[in-house]
Amino acid sequence: MSDAKVYSNDELRALSLAVREHIIRMSTDGGCFIGASLSCADLLVHLYTRVLRVSKETLNDPSRDYLLLSKGHDVPALYGTLAELGFIERSRLGAHLKTHDSVYWHPNRAVPGIEFHSGSLGHLLSVGIGVALDIRLRSGKNRVFVVVGDGECNEGSMWEAMLVANAQALDNLVVVVDRNQFQANIRTEELVPLEPLDQKLAAFGFAVTVIDGHDFDSLNSAFASLPHVRGKPTAIIAETVRGKGLPSIEARADRWFVNFTHSEVESLLAELHGTAKAELTSETLMVR
Amino acid sequence: MQTYEQFLKERAQSDESLIVMTAENRAVIRNLPAELGPRFIDVGICEQTMIGAAAGLALRGRTPVTHALATFITMRAFEFVRTDVGIPGLPVTLVGGVPGFLSEANGPTHQALEDVAIMRGIPGMQVFCPADREELISGMQAVLDSRKPTYVRFAAPEPSVRHRGPFVIGKAETLSEGTDVTILVYGFLLGEAERARVALESRGISVRLVNVRTPKPIDEQAVVDAARETKLVVTLEDHFLTGGLYSIVAEVLLRHRRSARVLPIALDERWFKPALLADVLAYEGFTGAALAERIEKAFRE
Repeated sequence: MSDAKVYSNDELRALSLAVREHIIRMSTDGGCFIGASLSCADLLVHLYTRVLRVSKETLNDPSRDYLLLSKGHDVPALYGTLAELGFIERSRLGAHLKTHDSVYWHPNRAVPGIEFHSGSLGHLLSVGIGVALDIRLRSGKNRVFVVVGDGECNEGSMWEAMLVANAQALDNLVVVVDRNQFQANIRTEELVPLEPLDQKLAAFGFAVTVIDGHDFDSLNSAFASLPHVRGKPTAIIAETVRGKGLPSIEARADRWFVNFTHSEVESLLAELHGTAKAELTSETLMVR
Repeated sequence: MQTYEQFLKERAQSDESLIVMTAENRAVIRNLPAELGPRFIDVGICEQTMIGAAAGLALRGRTPVTHALATFITMRAFEFVRTDVGIPGLPVTLVGGVPGFLSEANGPTHQALEDVAIMRGIPGMQVFCPADREELISGMQAVLDSRKPTYVRFAAPEPSVRHRGPFVIGKAETLSEGTDVTILVYGFLLGEAERARVALESRGISVRLVNVRTPKPIDEQAVVDAARETKLVVTLEDHFLTGGLYSIVAEVLLRHRRSARVLPIALDERWFKPALLADVLAYEGFTGAALAERIEKAFRE
């Protein structure tokens, strides 16, 4: 949590850059879902430094804030954030996809800081509702943040859970949509259009705010004071760019799950730091 | 004898962690909202959300007891049960209403005839099939004490047998000793099985009647003993032939390298004729008298 330390925007940018480096390093030797990880990196860094009342020391404290990563395949961004903020050892990221650890393609609770496993879309909003209900039963002040993907909003269970969140008037619940405009391999608006997403969420009873998910001032404005409306669950649509930070793959439909060569990783790291454009020849795997 | 509601109410008083949930199926818990206040949560007709939320509550230390019709809690919400409750092994109890024949005239949409099969397929999930109200209450106590994910195939008719011994998860109840035929049964059909036993005994056939209670964990010893000590083993269930008690018995006997004559009485690749319960039992040949005939014929073959 940010009790002890107040982070400047520059510090957050430096943290985000470090998280993106981790993500890129996880995109080889088996690979990872790089696009969605890069789109939510700034969001997760912001939440863990400026918003969430949780730290390595309070991982089991019932009064902590909860972050539930619902879409799940963006977990490299969470691994990177947890490593940079000391929840887990940085060296553990080297165990990505290895059998001697549990740092795999979707979140699981063997990694300190991860509250619940995910991977199957449309689950954690309902799990978050249960956590939020219990917090309210105990008159707790803690909040529950559920990060969902926009493609994930295809799932009927998302909308079912929103009905229930509204019915239960859970104003300790915050849904954050990583609106990177993509399903797995196709633009959301080309496959199953979501727009006007803000109006849809509002119609389901949420207090809705749309922000720039890569701008820390914009993020600050949305998360500084919660709930936005007393008695209503909050929805924050963070407009993001899939693959953010790497022009070679930004907003590309075919850079969803990737497994790059080591030299491609090096060239992507150079591109991240603005020193060279990456040369990429590896094909993208079309898997889900 | 306590009703199911009275049991939950008293349990909630002594156990602060208990939460009663329903997906707008209040038939057997209609008086609890006033008793439990905010610890009674009705999410509406949202089975998936109920199970996900139950997992979230359990994550916070609660023991949710969730209610919906058996078909919907086990099938509409299956992946939520398997993924959110099953993977972490959270202490969530799933109570499925009107399972099997108890769905009466609702038709196949409401006929949970694969619930035991699919629930037992989830690692760590217990399956409890009470025969009557008395067993429902004693079993629920054991289930909640176990703090393990459990599917309860709800049934609460008045008891038609005198239960013996304490309820122990994984332990079958032998209601009569016999040497010719063993009837293995779970759920409300125990009443029909008892009538069949009486009829068979009157025709000189000695019957061991075993109430399985928890198809998972199964009482392997009771199954092996039945195969070893009696000439015919009958598996009786209002469930598809695939994946239920017949399959469980087959698995146990294979594991113990033992063969047996087994007569499965179940629904083989089909749903049953929707009607009122007594008529269903008669039409499908599951009354005590019809069962006795089917079993005697097989025994004398």
